[in-house]
Amino acid sequence: MAYDKFTVLKSTAVPMPIENVDTDQIIPARFLKATERKGFGDNLFRDWRFNNDDTPKQDFVLNNPIYSGKILVAGKNFGSGSSREHAAWAIYDYGFRCVVSSFFADIFKNNSLNIGILPVTVTPAFLDKIFTAIEADPKAELTVDLDKQSITIDATGESESFDINSYKKHNLMNGFDDIDYLQAMKEEIAAFAEKSLY
Amino acid sequence: MSQVPATLFDKVWDSHVVRKIEDGPDVFFIDRHFIHEVTSPVAFLGLENRGVKVMFPGKTFATADHNTPTINQHLPVQDPLSANQLKALETNTAKYGISHWGLGNPKNGIVHVVGPENGITLPGMTIVCGDSHTSTHGAFGAIAFGIGTSEVEMVLSSQCIMQPKPKKMRINVNGRLGKGITPKDVTLYIISQLTAAGATGYFVEYAGEVFENMSMEGRMTVCNMSIEMGARGGIIAPDETTFAYIKGREKAPQGAAWDKALAYWKTLKTDEGAAFDKEYHFNAADIEPMITYGTNPGMGMGITGHIPAAENGGGSKASYEKSLEYMGFAEEESMIGKKVDYVFIGSCTNGRIEDFRAFAQIVKGRKKAEHVTAWIVPGSHIVEQQIKDEGILDILTEAGFQLRQPGCSACLAMNDDKVPAGKYAVSTSNRNFEGRQGPGSRTMLASPLVAAAAAVTGVVTDPRTLMA
Ligand code: SF4
Repeated sequence: MAYDKFTVLKSTAVPMPIENVDTDQIIPARFLKATERKGFGDNLFRDWRFNNDDTPKQDFVLNNPIYSGKILVAGKNFGSGSSREHAAWAIYDYGFRCVVSSFFADIFKNNSLNIGILPVTVTPAFLDKIFTAIEADPKAELTVDLDKQSITIDATGESESFDINSYKKHNLMNGFDDIDYLQAMKEEIAAFAEKSLY
Repeated sequence: MSQVPATLFDKVWDSHVVRKIEDGPDVFFIDRHFIHEVTSPVAFLGLENRGVKVMFPGKTFATADHNTPTINQHLPVQDPLSANQLKALETNTAKYGISHWGLGNPKNGIVHVVGPENGITLPGMTIVCGDSHTSTHGAFGAIAFGIGTSEVEMVLSSQCIMQPKPKKMRINVNGRLGKGITPKDVTLYIISQLTAAGATGYFVEYAGEVFENMSMEGRMTVCNMSIEMGARGGIIAPDETTFAYIKGREKAPQGAAWDKALAYWKTLKTDEGAAFDKEYHFNAADIEPMITYGTNPGMGMGITGHIPAAENGGGSKASYEKSLEYMGFAEEESMIGKKVDYVFIGSCTNGRIEDFRAFAQIVKGRKKAEHVTAWIVPGSHIVEQQIKDEGILDILTEAGFQLRQPGCSACLAMNDDKVPAGKYAVSTSNRNFEGRQGPGSRTMLASPLVAAAAAVTGVVTDPRTLMA
C-alpha cells in the first residue's frame, strides 16, 4: 500500500493526555471484520467517541470542534496491546499523519511506520510543554520536520530532536515501503532459504 | 577459538538475518508463519494489487479462530461480515496453496494452541503471526512475535520482514511455587512488578528453577503474556521437557531428521557469561494467586491484598483514577468477596488441557453459582477431545457447566461471546483493557484456579481455601 511522502508537517494538534491508550480503544475488535482497508477512521476511538446509540460523547476531545489537525499528541505508552494494524489504519484514515508521545508500544510503532504515519517520541518534559501550549491556545501549531528530525512548538520556538533510523526515514520521505525493498532482493532470500533448517 | 558468549536469543536471531541494513532494520528470515481470518485479508489484497505470488506457501499455516462462533459450528456462520472473512481465508489459502484448518476441521483451534500441539512450532525457529500473542511459541526456544498486516504481506511475498533487533532482558524466578500458584500467577506477578510497559523494546528470556520445573503448557502461558509488559516476545531454553512434548507430534521431525534436529536444539541455550541489557530476579515464595483490578495487565495484585492507593499505583494519578472508576473499584479495597457475573476459561493464554484440569480440580463435587454465566472454551478440538477423554467433561456437566467449541471467544469478543456493560468477568485470558470483552465490560484477569473458585462461589475467592 503506497502512502503520501512525509517531509515537513506544520499543523495544529489534538491533545489526548491519557496514558496506556491501547489498540482496543483505538479500534475495538468488533470493527475488525472487514476484508478491505476502508472506512476505519469512522470507528477510531469508537467507544470513547460515541455513546451506545451512536450519538457523539460531547466530552471526548475528537468531538470538540476547537481541536483539529494532522497531529495527535498522546500520553505515554501509546498503542499498547494487540498487533492489529487496523489501529494505525484508523488513525491514518481519520486524517492524522503524525502521533507524538513520550513512549510508544513497539508493534504499533512498526505498523505506523509501515503505513506512513510518523511516530515521534519526545521527552516527558517536552510532551508536557506541548500539552501546555495547546491548552493555552487550541490553535497552536507544531512543526514536524522529518529531514531535520525535529519537532517545534511554533508559538514559543521550543524544539526537540527525535530519533528514527535512516532506512525508515528514507522510506517515509520518499513514500517507499518495505515490500518494494524485499521484492528487489528475492534471489538473496531464496539462496538463504536453501540453507535453512526448517 | 574462543567465542564471545551469546544468549539463546542472539543465537536464533543472528542465524536468521539475511541482510543487515546500515542504520536500519535487519532483513529477517521467517521459518513459520501463522495466519488467521482477521489480519490476513488485506495482506492478500496487497499481493493481488502488486501482482506478487506467495514465495513459500509451505511455510505458512492458516486457522480460523478470532471471529468464529463457539456453539453450533456445524451451522453456517450467522453474522454476514464474519462469514465473509472466513470465506476470504478459505479462498485465499486455496488460491495460493496454503494449509488451512478452517471451522469444522478436526485440527482447528486457536492459532497459538494448534501450532505447538501439531508439532509445527519447533526450537530455534523464527515464527510470526498477525496476532501479538504469537510470543506464546517462545516457550519452545523459538523467536516468536506478533506482526501487523503490512508485515503479513511481506512474509507472504518474501518470507522476510524488516526488524530492528530488540534489546535483551532476562527474568529469573527461583525457589518453589506454593500450593495453588500457577504459571498464570507467575506471569501476572512479573507484569505487576515491571508494569504494562516495563519491557517495551526488549526480548525476554525466562530462566530459573520455576521455569525449569514448569510444563510446556505453563511455559506457553508465561511466554504468551510477555507482550503484556510491552516485550516483543519471551523465550525459554528448550530442555528434556520440550523434547518430550514435541516427540511424535504430527509435523515434528522423525527418525534421522529427529536426531539431527535434537542435536541442534541441545545447543540452544544462553552461554555462561552472556550479557543482557537488563536483568531481574524474583523469588517464587513471594508469589500469591494473582488478580487484576484495573484496565491494563500491569494492574495486578495478590488476591488477599488491597488495591493500591493512587500514589503507589504507578503512572499518572488521573489515568489510575480513570481506570479504577471504569472498574467501579476504590483505592485500598480488598478484592476478596467482590461479585462476579461472568467467568471465562479459555484463550491462547489458558485454553490448554492443563488449564481445564486445574479448573476441574476446584469445581469437582461443587456447583456453579447460580448467577454466574460461565464460558468454558477449549483452545482447540484436540484439547476438547482431551477434556472428554479425561472425564473432565463429566465433572463440568455434573457441576452445571457447559463446554463450548474452540476459538478465541470472549478473549476479544469479536463473536457473540460478549460481557455486557458494567458486568464483572473473571477471565483467564490476557487483556483487561476497557471494553476488551464487550463494550463497557469489566475484566479481572486470573488463573484457571481463581476462575474456578469464582465460578462456584460467585465472588472473588482465594482458590487455596477450596483446595484439600
Ligand atoms: S485467544 Fe485472544 S489473544 Fe489469543 S489469539 Fe485469540 S484473540 Fe488473540
